[in-house]
Amino acid sequence: MGQITLQGVQKSFGPVHIIKGADLDIADGSFVVFVGPSGCGKTTLLRLIAGLEDVTGGAILIDGRNVVDVPPAKRGLSMVFQSYALYPHMSVRGNIAFGLKMAGIAKDEINRKVEAAAATLNLTPYLDRKPRELSGGQRQRVAIGRAIVREPKAFLFDEPLSNLDAALRVQMRLEVTRLQKQLGTTAIYVTHDQVEAMTMADKIVVLNGGKIEQYGSPLELYEKPANLFVAGFIGSPKMNFVTGDLAKQQGAATIGVRPEHLKVERDGQGGWHGTVSVAEHLGSDTFLYVDAGPQGMLTARYIGELDLHPGDKVSLIPDPARIHRFDDSGKSIHA
Amino acid sequence: MATQQTQLLARTLLTPAVALLFIWMIVPLALTLYFATLHYNLLDPGSESFVGLENFRYFLTDPAFLASLQNTLVLVGSVLAITIILGVPLALLLDQQVVGLSIVRLMVIAPFFVMPTVSALVWKNLLMHPVSGLFAWIAHLFGLPAIDWFNDAPLFAVILIISWQWLPFATLILLTALQSLDEEQKEAAEMDGASAISTFIYITLPHLARPITVVILIETIFLLTVFAEIFVTTGGGPGLQTTNIAFLIYSQALIQYDVGSASAGGLVAVVLANIVAFFLVRIVGRNLEA
Repeated sequence: MGQITLQGVQKSFGPVHIIKGADLDIADGSFVVFVGPSGCGKTTLLRLIAGLEDVTGGAILIDGRNVVDVPPAKRGLSMVFQSYALYPHMSVRGNIAFGLKMAGIAKDEINRKVEAAAATLNLTPYLDRKPRELSGGQRQRVAIGRAIVREPKAFLFDEPLSNLDAALRVQMRLEVTRLQKQLGTTAIYVTHDQVEAMTMADKIVVLNGGKIEQYGSPLELYEKPANLFVAGFIGSPKMNFVTGDLAKQQGAATIGVRPEHLKVERDGQGGWHGTVSVAEHLGSDTFLYVDAGPQGMLTARYIGELDLHPGDKVSLIPDPARIHRFDDSGKSIHA
Repeated sequence: MATQQTQLLARTLLTPAVALLFIWMIVPLALTLYFATLHYNLLDPGSESFVGLENFRYFLTDPAFLASLQNTLVLVGSVLAITIILGVPLALLLDQQVVGLSIVRLMVIAPFFVMPTVSALVWKNLLMHPVSGLFAWIAHLFGLPAIDWFNDAPLFAVILIISWQWLPFATLILLTALQSLDEEQKEAAEMDGASAISTFIYITLPHLARPITVVILIETIFLLTVFAEIFVTTGGGPGLQTTNIAFLIYSQALIQYDVGSASAGGLVAVVLANIVAFFLVRIVGRNLEA
């Protein structure tokens, strides 16, 4: 079991409030991603759950038990650090076994568990190597091995893929997701990369300035962002925001349209007119940055190749069903 | 760019410095070698004559040689042990976040800046003096007889003084190493359920292996040639109890005025230092390999 509940969790460092009251329910076996810009408090929130920081207020419940006064090791969680934090003088085997050794488990049982974990992660040939003799991806796997071998109630991941190159990151992303599904263990994963968040999560927590902006499944966040911040943060390229008269006609202070929901027409009728200022041709997609006069710079995404170049006149027609409306305070208006 | 021209230029510019250093080293060495083969006593000027290896035979068969060799090794070993065994916990303490830490650190490092002669005099006359010393006064407070350090435990007294001087050095090196220990590693150990003691044994101590090696190597170089502390406090005595190799060579040259034998002793000391260095690098040097 690994059900984690946060009730009004607060954290301040002196006069600085890092976490301003977080309430969250994480179901057993789910994969929850904390995402937000740097400095939003996502890592702090993770460290509070781990017990590496003390809460200033509120309660953290693991399987219904308040753990705010329980030391990290007794919370039954294990953590994968951003720097992996492998013990450099120990072999891979020693690294993975360390937690079990500290728990006073019998030698042969430790060996059995370490070898099982190593087999799961394809680390068996490297068991007797030192961390410095491994590649980045292998070190990452050792850190994960160290986490899974203790059979924790939940895994905590602190931006574990940020030190890997892009190709390896995609591969490890898949591996981590697959492993989590296979083990069925609750996982909390911190990242600033919204693509990681969207692809890995069962549920995403969007944090900003120490507050939870929205908690929901990836598609919920994409389709029904609760406010301007979430709308702008989730989705790549960013959602286009238009204010002024156009928004007022829709009964909103701001309207937002995602680049992929703008239909691009060469010299078309209707919609928003503008001039292409930059066109990025990826083959699979074409991203157009369009100077649309009163609407400002707009980004449009066209699936496939579109032969447009800077200076070309285009018109952008928003999909009426996909226009997001926001009120003065930035909250979503739902019809 | 390492073109031939720049290489030539580099060599030309380096030559004066290298030549000077070479002369600086080779002239004393050559002269020492030369004197070591002479019968050369300052009390008997004009009687210099070639005696071959006679000076070496004399120096090595002198009972004072074995005694002073033993003293040297005991002194080096003891000071190394004391500075490291006390230096590690001291560094751990100084690594904590407490108020006034910068002042405490400065005070801990201070002994290293005191000249060896000065610190030896302070220890001899203000601390260890059996009549007027602080230790004698403390002993009297508890109704105990004062210890006459330089008569009852002369070598131990010298070891204490030198350890006091070198403890800051060891502490400083170990402290900087502790500060470079990855915080996340300690946290990982905490998550793994390691107690403070286990963290020390399994994480901190292995991390300190390299700086401890550095401390051992550097301290050994300087401790093999300790002189001022012995000269100021005991003068090598009583008897030969605090005479180390360096002091023995000094007494050959400037107490017995036997330049030939002292030169031979100096060369023996060079060989001994190299032997010690060889074994030291064999034993602890592998810690330095990345």
